Amino acid sequence: MITVFERPKSLTPAKTHYCPGCTHGIIHRLVAEVIDELDVREDTIGIAPVGCSVLAYNYFNLDMQEAAHGRAPAVATGIKRVHPDKVVFTYQGDGDLAAIGTAEIIHAAARGEKITTIFVNNAIYGMTGGQMAPTTLVGQEATTAPSGRNAETQGYPVRMSEILATIQGTAYIARVSVHNPQEVAKAKKAIKKAFQIQLERKGFALVEVLSTCPTNWGLTPLAAMKWLQENMIPYYPLGVQKTPEEVEV
Amino acid sequence: MLRVEFDEERCKGCELCAAACPQRIIVMAPRLNTMGFHPATVTEQERCISCAFCARMCPDVVITVRKEEKKRG
Repeated sequence: MITVFERPKSLTPAKTHYCPGCTHGIIHRLVAEVIDELDVREDTIGIAPVGCSVLAYNYFNLDMQEAAHGRAPAVATGIKRVHPDKVVFTYQGDGDLAAIGTAEIIHAAARGEKITTIFVNNAIYGMTGGQMAPTTLVGQEATTAPSGRNAETQGYPVRMSEILATIQGTAYIARVSVHNPQEVAKAKKAIKKAFQIQLERKGFALVEVLSTCPTNWGLTPLAAMKWLQENMIPYYPLGVQKTPEEVEV
Repeated sequence: MLRVEFDEERCKGCELCAAACPQRIIVMAPRLNTMGFHPATVTEQERCISCAFCARMCPDVVITVRKEEKKRG
């Protein structure tokens, strides 16, 4: 018998604290698989965010550093500049990256920091109990938008990948999803590319992963996957927003 | 050795694996694990095609998948 699939070495044996069906687990695993495949586990430093994935340092079998809320790209900048030969990545949610950390991510991208960011977008604040995030869709219910987000008073959701793709310092920006096995395979490919861009010192790389929050969306894990597909993808189109070829032109 | 093996103590019973299985052989066991979830399981091991779709969808890395070695001839 040949083993086709097993736990990647870059994950610790710890059980995660995530809710049943939370896609953070899938995305953690994809990052770990990519680090294993690129054989850079001993040279990788991860930056954990604030949010549901605040305890990511317990789950990645890597050197990890916790950052203040939203400041992961700033911490990553410091680490990468002191250790330019290390692989440095941040793992951030939408409340972390698109709200309190907007300045840090935009300026890290503008400076063209040679880091990789995994941006997990589930359109809500998970850890604090389902408040409206900058990425919450119009009409989507949240505890702070009980009758659904109203564009008139609460504005429109932010498309971070598109914003970051306009910045010259970014080399690779892609948006992927994890709602079925095929999309999981594509997501892994994009995450691998984002790490390779860093290894080739081409510039800032970010992968936005559309994710679910069954608990705060009030759906079963399977219904949440369906909701993601039907509601998030039309507003947050999948695909590569920017590649290094565009940078070189 | 089993083709598809579940580390039942890690399973949170989210059923994402069962929905992804093209053979529809994954079921939630009637028993509970120590976390209080009905763990995913496969009894018809011989019907598994080792595609690992279940393992790719599992957020808790519960599943190990194996396949038989092809005989060279």
